[in-house]
Amino acid sequence: MKKRLNYLGNIWSTIWIGISTHKLRSILTMLGIVIGVASVIVLMSIGNGSKEDILNRIGSLGVNLVTIRPAATMGFGGVRGVPGQSSSTLTLEDAEAINELPYIKVVASSYSESMQLIANGENLNSTVNGITTDYLTVNNLSIASGRTFSNFEYNQGSTVAIIGSDIVDTLFSDTDPLGQQLRMGNIMVTVIGVLQSEGQSFGSADSSILVPLTAMQQTVAQPRTANGGHVVSTISLEITDQSYADTVTNEVTTLLRTRHQLSTNAENDFSINSMAELVATVSETANTLTMLLGAVAAISLLVGGIGVMNIMLVSVLERTREIGIRKALGARERDIWTQFLTEAAVLSLTGGIVGVIFGWIVSVVVSRIAGISTLVSADIVILAVGVSVAIGIFFGFYPAWNASRLDPIEALRSE
Amino acid sequence: MADKTAMIRLENMTKIYPMGKRELTVLKGITLNIKRGEMVAIMGASGSGKTTLLNLIGCLDRPTSGSYYFEGNEVSGLNSAQLAQIRGEKIGFIFQTFNLLSRITALANVELAMTYSGGVDHERARDALAKVGLADRINHRPVELSGGEQQRVAIARALVKNPSLFLADEPTGQLDSHSGEEIISMLTSMHSERGITLLLVTHDDNVAHHCQRIIHLKDGEIIAEEDV
Repeated sequence: MKKRLNYLGNIWSTIWIGISTHKLRSILTMLGIVIGVASVIVLMSIGNGSKEDILNRIGSLGVNLVTIRPAATMGFGGVRGVPGQSSSTLTLEDAEAINELPYIKVVASSYSESMQLIANGENLNSTVNGITTDYLTVNNLSIASGRTFSNFEYNQGSTVAIIGSDIVDTLFSDTDPLGQQLRMGNIMVTVIGVLQSEGQSFGSADSSILVPLTAMQQTVAQPRTANGGHVVSTISLEITDQSYADTVTNEVTTLLRTRHQLSTNAENDFSINSMAELVATVSETANTLTMLLGAVAAISLLVGGIGVMNIMLVSVLERTREIGIRKALGARERDIWTQFLTEAAVLSLTGGIVGVIFGWIVSVVVSRIAGISTLVSADIVILAVGVSVAIGIFFGFYPAWNASRLDPIEALRSE
Repeated sequence: MADKTAMIRLENMTKIYPMGKRELTVLKGITLNIKRGEMVAIMGASGSGKTTLLNLIGCLDRPTSGSYYFEGNEVSGLNSAQLAQIRGEKIGFIFQTFNLLSRITALANVELAMTYSGGVDHERARDALAKVGLADRINHRPVELSGGEQQRVAIARALVKNPSLFLADEPTGQLDSHSGEEIISMLTSMHSERGITLLLVTHDDNVAHHCQRIIHLKDGEIIAEEDV
């Protein structure tokens, strides 16, 4: 044990001599690795950060959300079916049936129609959503000010509205929208709540106008299907856990196909999208992006490794005489080889550690200044440091071998 | 094995270097015995092969043919790691050009020798430097020392391993006569006090006459041996 410690001590002092007596060269050798590792850290942290960002935004829509829409209508020269037209096959009654399925927490429906809105002399064409009471819960929307409507109001068909922040800006600019009147088609509705702004995000709720479906029916003739169902534009479900997304999708498909009396080889007249599925797709894409960024940065790490080899080769040449002296003093080929290889590994490890610190600082600065999210995770750090040591050993191998093979007499004679 | 007192026994040893298509024969069959505790000078003109002979004896090189017994063991067939071990444990070199590492201190230079034989021991390294009169200069780097002092560091470096054989290749060749005298008297006293076997390559008759025996080399052959 003592002998082993002594041996390690010897190697360390030997390497320290090599590194400390050629400080500038050692620093330059490390610089390549520092830059390589730092760029791996920075780029991968940006990749990871944007993945987290995207997933958080999706999460804000509710990861347990499953949305059912009518299948896109085709065959009219590419013109998309207007929601609520006869192509819409989903009904309130479908939603009620779905509510009976397992793993489902809440079901909400909405019926959308483009309408003209007038308030304060301002005029706006927008899509109005007639919603059932649980719509806000299912879609993870919250009220910033005011309130939502009650079950009683829903049943009564109260003419009340909850509006998004963009609508507030357009129609009510500087005034408090709560309690104000809004003309919607041929009825007047009272604003009772404003939605929490979600910022730029998927299908932003900021430009929404939500009224009770029962109120909507007073001004818009809600279409009915052939067998008398109340047509809706979307049915949204909150499932008890995202792991049931597939099960629920299958169950709902079977149920709706039966209810819509589709023959076995007919295509679905609806489409089901679950957030869980979207999350999986997006994280896969984001991981690919992160790997791509990492690969680009890895090239600079490779260049750094070649720099290590280059400088180690020069170092061996310059220290030929030292190698000769060491051999005369009893150093075996293995000792010389170990010395130069360990020196390369120590240089690149140090470079790797400095690179991690440097990259970390840069990624923090980048996220502060550029507003890009960055995330330095432990696996990136371990990967970068591990790779830098591996590079040091790989590219130090040949110079070290060269050094160990020097003839002691020739080496002693060199200048 | 038979003769315990024979430190070095060379039998018909040759060394031939390939020089492109031709060959250069540097040593043409050297047969030589050096007893334990002897102090021997090797003399000869430049190109007579004396440094090559010293390198072979010092296990820095292998003979082309012939046998070399070091302390009774045949070493000409050993691999480079085994030769390195002999160099590390048994042999102390002293060179004309000192061959110290210029960027590290005298003490570190002495400790360097211990790295490859048994491990670093600061006390012994200090003692060795004290024995050559450099106790107050252990933290000086070679560039801050005179030639004589540098050679004394080299002696301390050889001494610290407690070797059985000292090989000195023109140890006074780059020193002024005063420093040269100092080095030679230091080597002589080490020989007489510690019984170290000492083999010395030199041009200088004065130096050679401190030895017990002088071997004259010419064109790779021993042409004369004289006892002093």
